[in-house]
Amino acid sequence: MEIYGLGLVAFSMFLGSFIGRIVGQLVGIGGDIGGVGFAMLFMILYTNFLDKKGKPIAEKTGKGILLLSSLYIPIVVAMSSIQNMATAFEQGAVAIVAGVLATLGGLLLVPVMSKLGGSKEE
Amino acid sequence: MFKDMLMDIFTSYDLVAAFLTVAVIMFVANKLTKTINQERMGSSVAIVIGLILAYVGGKVTGGSKGISDIPLFTGMGILGGGMFRDYAIISTAYGADMDNLKKAGLPGVISLFIGVIASFVIGVIVAFAFGFRNPVDLTTIGGGTVTFVVGPVTATALGASAEAQALSIAAGVIKSVVTMILTPLIAKKIKLDNPTSAMVYGGLMGTTSGVAGGLAATDPELVPYGAMTATFYTGLGTLLVPSIGYFIVSSIM
Repeated sequence: MEIYGLGLVAFSMFLGSFIGRIVGQLVGIGGDIGGVGFAMLFMILYTNFLDKKGKPIAEKTGKGILLLSSLYIPIVVAMSSIQNMATAFEQGAVAIVAGVLATLGGLLLVPVMSKLGGSKEE
Repeated sequence: MFKDMLMDIFTSYDLVAAFLTVAVIMFVANKLTKTINQERMGSSVAIVIGLILAYVGGKVTGGSKGISDIPLFTGMGILGGGMFRDYAIISTAYGADMDNLKKAGLPGVISLFIGVIASFVIGVIVAFAFGFRNPVDLTTIGGGTVTFVVGPVTATALGASAEAQALSIAAGVIKSVVTMILTPLIAKKIKLDNPTSAMVYGGLMGTTSGVAGGLAATDPELVPYGAMTATFYTGLGTLLVPSIGYFIVSSIM
């Protein structure tokens, strides 16, 4: 059933968030550190485990998960429409210069760091 | 009378209204890009329309939550909020390949550290260039340049001025907005076209919304890889900036 897919993602989310909160407590800053990442990791491990066992996720369950991931871009569009744009642009040049330079710096480092991954395989 | 009825429908079914609104935005964006023969840009144009609406919403209401501060569009706050964003991001992990993940594991982790450090240093230098001299304020603005969550966390931890805190949030929002817009435009040039570079990119940029939007508009198949590393970025930032970051800045100043 499709709802199993929605439930599986929800379960992963809560499990991940729980681990994230434990990590937050352990390092002493509270909050949820990497909860989404742990949830994704669990999803990947679990689905890969089922595949290896020769019992992949049922088609209808998969459809439930795909429904959610197909909503991903629309959700991002909604997310962009609720950013605090007005304040961001009126806070002055420091914020704009810092934000733009940090973005450019990060983007330019992508090919450099990717090479690191490439050379390791060879 | 009809106006009241419409208002009432939009506000009582706020989440459904948001689905309708986003559908209209995406329809317009896709039509627009089709007429200029750039269909691949549909998502990025939709995101930019979203950002423009956010600006208009903030201007009209004076609020901080973009268009969702307008009563007709409160549902956008639910659909675009952290709960649905994370729920949908996690679902994208379905179909991601374990081997790709392993391959990019180490560069992904290194990228996280380099990304946080580079953003922080750039933020501190820019703040310094604009006349800030107080180490607490410098660290806070540097933290905001990491992400708009790290800035306020640092400000609270160190007791920064309200001005520095506001600036730090603004720097983080600018970073995530610029990331959303710029990524699809220069993806080819920086070879952002495979799982490894997507994980590196997520680690270097870190802003979950920026990475999410940027990759969605570039190639939706890369989203899980970028999102995976990006989600650890804010945590690493909140860990490093108020402690080691502040220590280094205050010993230099």
